[in-house]
Amino acid sequence: MSTAAAAAVRPERANEALLRYVLRLADTSLVLGQRLGEWVGHAPTLEEDLGLANLALDLIGQARLLLSYAGEIEGRQRDEDALAYLRDAPEFFNLALAEQPNGDFGTTIVRQWLIDSWQLEIYGGLQASTDGRLAAIAAKALKETRYHYRFSSGWLVRLGDGTAESHERVQRAVDELWRFTAELFAPDEVDEHMANTGIAAPLSAGAARWSARVDEDLRTATLSRPAPQPYPWHGKRGVHTEHLGYVLAEMQHLQRTYPGARW
Amino acid sequence: MPAALEVEGSAAREREVWELLAQVPDPEIPVLSIVDLGIVRHVRQGADGALRVGITPTYSGCPATEVIRTSVRAALDQHGHSNAVLEEVLSPPWTSDWLTPAGRRKLAAFGIAPPEEAVASPKQLWRATLVTCPRCGSRATERISEFGSTPCKAHYQCSACREPFDYFKCF
Repeated sequence: MSTAAAAAVRPERANEALLRYVLRLADTSLVLGQRLGEWVGHAPTLEEDLGLANLALDLIGQARLLLSYAGEIEGRQRDEDALAYLRDAPEFFNLALAEQPNGDFGTTIVRQWLIDSWQLEIYGGLQASTDGRLAAIAAKALKETRYHYRFSSGWLVRLGDGTAESHERVQRAVDELWRFTAELFAPDEVDEHMANTGIAAPLSAGAARWSARVDEDLRTATLSRPAPQPYPWHGKRGVHTEHLGYVLAEMQHLQRTYPGARW
Repeated sequence: MPAALEVEGSAAREREVWELLAQVPDPEIPVLSIVDLGIVRHVRQGADGALRVGITPTYSGCPATEVIRTSVRAALDQHGHSNAVLEEVLSPPWTSDWLTPAGRRKLAAFGIAPPEEAVASPKQLWRATLVTCPRCGSRATERISEFGSTPCKAHYQCSACREPFDYFKCF
């Protein structure tokens, strides 16, 4: 996937911009939910296993609401299932951070905490959206996200300010995932259109609050914030790391092999 | 006056449907009806004669939502309301404050501690909640996990009687 191909899908109509925006939110929740689902039966303790599964359930629920809306905006008779199971990687617009592998528990927590903090800003802003449907979905999702953030930020502090080993491992996860955060609040023409039409808050407003929140959590967790890093991926534009293909292969296998299968 | 009669007729039908829905159990906590849970948002007979039933999900991903929709459909069909329209209501989002007083009593009697406080502000999330043990009534309880067997519950243990129990979260 080249950046030239991504630029070719530049939205020309307002409807396309809204569709693209809704898919970014939906796909980020869907892919992160699918990743968390990989932990089921493998988490360090039963309680955390249940916790991660609960988060996954909320995220997939949010994705369903958003994908159903995306299907209506698109108007091509694709429902939530068609959009989840029958699109290929370049047609997914999730943050590249969401598709990064689970790694150890600390890596999963850092990924979760970074995205929870992002969703707090995005859903918080969308509550005042001029788009009533998005405002309703965001108000519901925000309540869930607050619980997710409490879980992930709580673990970030326990691991960061824990043993020498947990500190070292969680700092490594922060360092490794940091390059994917550049995308979180970098506006492109879709984000600008959403801000200009009052559908979403300008990303710059959320960026400052996100940054302050992340700094405070890192300080509490005795972790350090890495320097900004060059960033070659643009998940929001359909340019992904190689990991997304593997996530989709597992998630879509059944529907691709037995089209229309129900149970 | 035919108009008044019509209103009276629709009010009676709405009341009948509320009573019917009060018999539909929540699939995950069957001691509670969906009315106890506060997820039936409206029962309305419009001027066109069509009955509209609005249901809201508790959590976005709650797996019970689809089972509930099927049960409501079946209950309406069986009682002569097969033309009723089921509507999903997303706004305002469901809150545990909508549990009815009867629902709270049923939860406690079933061994699930009902939500301790109203969801006044997001700040209440960060305060430690004192939860009463539904078995012995002790306030000496501790949270084992914020997440339980369903999205709406957390896992607690009583320090007095040592029994583990579920707590219905403030949400």
